[in-house]
Amino acid sequence: MNWQPSASLTVIRQRARIYNQIRAFFNTRGCLEVDTPALMPTTSTDLNIASFELPHIPHRLYLQTSPEYAMKRLLAAGSGSIFQICHAFREGEAGRRHNPEFSLLEWYRVGYDYQQLMDEIELLITTLSLSRCRFRRISYRELFRQSLQLEIEALALGDLRRHCERLVPGTDSDGLDADQCLDLLLAMAIVPAMRDYLFVYDYPISQAALARASAGDASVAERFELFYDGIELANGFSELTDASQQRARFEQDNRARRERGLPELEIDARLLAALESGIEDCAGVALGLDRLLMVLLELDSIDQVLTFRD
Amino acid sequence: MASYSTNEFRSGLKIMIDGDPCSIIENEFVKPGKGQAFNRVRIRNLKTGRVLDKTFKSGESVDAADVIDTEMQYLYSDGEFWHFMDPQSYEQQAADANAVGDAKQWLKAQDSCEITLYNGSPIGVTPPNFVELEITDTDPGLKGDTAQGGTKPATLETGAVVKVPLFLEIGELVKVDTRSGEYMSRVKK
Repeated sequence: MNWQPSASLTVIRQRARIYNQIRAFFNTRGCLEVDTPALMPTTSTDLNIASFELPHIPHRLYLQTSPEYAMKRLLAAGSGSIFQICHAFREGEAGRRHNPEFSLLEWYRVGYDYQQLMDEIELLITTLSLSRCRFRRISYRELFRQSLQLEIEALALGDLRRHCERLVPGTDSDGLDADQCLDLLLAMAIVPAMRDYLFVYDYPISQAALARASAGDASVAERFELFYDGIELANGFSELTDASQQRARFEQDNRARRERGLPELEIDARLLAALESGIEDCAGVALGLDRLLMVLLELDSIDQVLTFRD
Repeated sequence: MASYSTNEFRSGLKIMIDGDPCSIIENEFVKPGKGQAFNRVRIRNLKTGRVLDKTFKSGESVDAADVIDTEMQYLYSDGEFWHFMDPQSYEQQAADANAVGDAKQWLKAQDSCEITLYNGSPIGVTPPNFVELEITDTDPGLKGDTAQGGTKPATLETGAVVKVPLFLEIGELVKVDTRSGEYMSRVKK
């Protein structure tokens, strides 16, 4: 019987080191460490995220896919800038870079926008890294233009599907909608060629998640993702703070869930009430700590950083 | 018909792709950020042997292929078909040249082979990794040349041609690795 840890003791010690350094980094920068529940009665309505659901009386509970909703309620309660290191859970995500249970560092900065938050991420990773880091930033549209010579805003669904079949051999694009086509091109034709740290920002508004629309261009959202050598490390936003827009996005998620035959989910009324009570402008980001460890220690598989993967 | 969801994908799983039975060689779960997840799969078409890449949306289902691998004993060839027998049930199967493919040059009566059956009919034959075959034709051996390390072509009883050391003679038995087609050693009769 193999009872041994999946990660080596060296990696386990490195994890302890970066956790200590992360706490020191935020403590000296006036960010409060918080702890929110892993089990809550509502969960993310995001189409592409599946939650573990647990039977419980008087109401079912979900393992949280990220601490986002609870942390926003803290912000609405006047916490100021906050950070959290926790485990998050996503059903069906397993592979060389995915495990259904994973470690997140999530933080919110009151008064920041997404560009300022990217600056802070660069500083954090430079602090944690054992070697020099190079960061670049590129907008989502410019990335498609430079990598694939595609002007995505000019493409109809039929064009997008054709480019999917051309650029990703072995794809049957009939069942893909426009965002799925973009996801496919990004995942298969662009991300594998990425080098160093790269922020991709200003995602299409249809992929805004919980980001606010850009002040200058309503067709994009102030959302970014950070990649290192094609490994996705972080996802962040200038946060949507408007309760009625947030409710509309939840309802839109549920309509899309119905169309795809996915279960509709109860909308988190407590989060909406918190937003209604008022929340300061802020930016927030979730950074995958298992993957960050992989990158910092130059390891190839998430198995090598998970303490146990049985 | 049975089907598999992409999260059941693993290497060796047999699925139907474009009407042909295929075997999964490699499966990778890909999800860049918040969007749609995909499974990038490398598969081998079991009929043609061709390897190709396929992309599925994660959560999609694919029909299972009714494919089993079974150990059978090679009996003989009538020129058109190669005949095999299940050593337990004595049931016989006839595989055509397409199904036998390159394996035919290693088939010797009574050797045990792996037969791939699709809907009950043979579509593939895998010979044993190592076979012992007699040399039926080669240039005369050079006595005292055992240390030189030179080679010469030799025709074996099944028709296969392999490179063997210079000292080997017609009538001798050699052990061959069927995966590489390479001579391994001389076998004492």
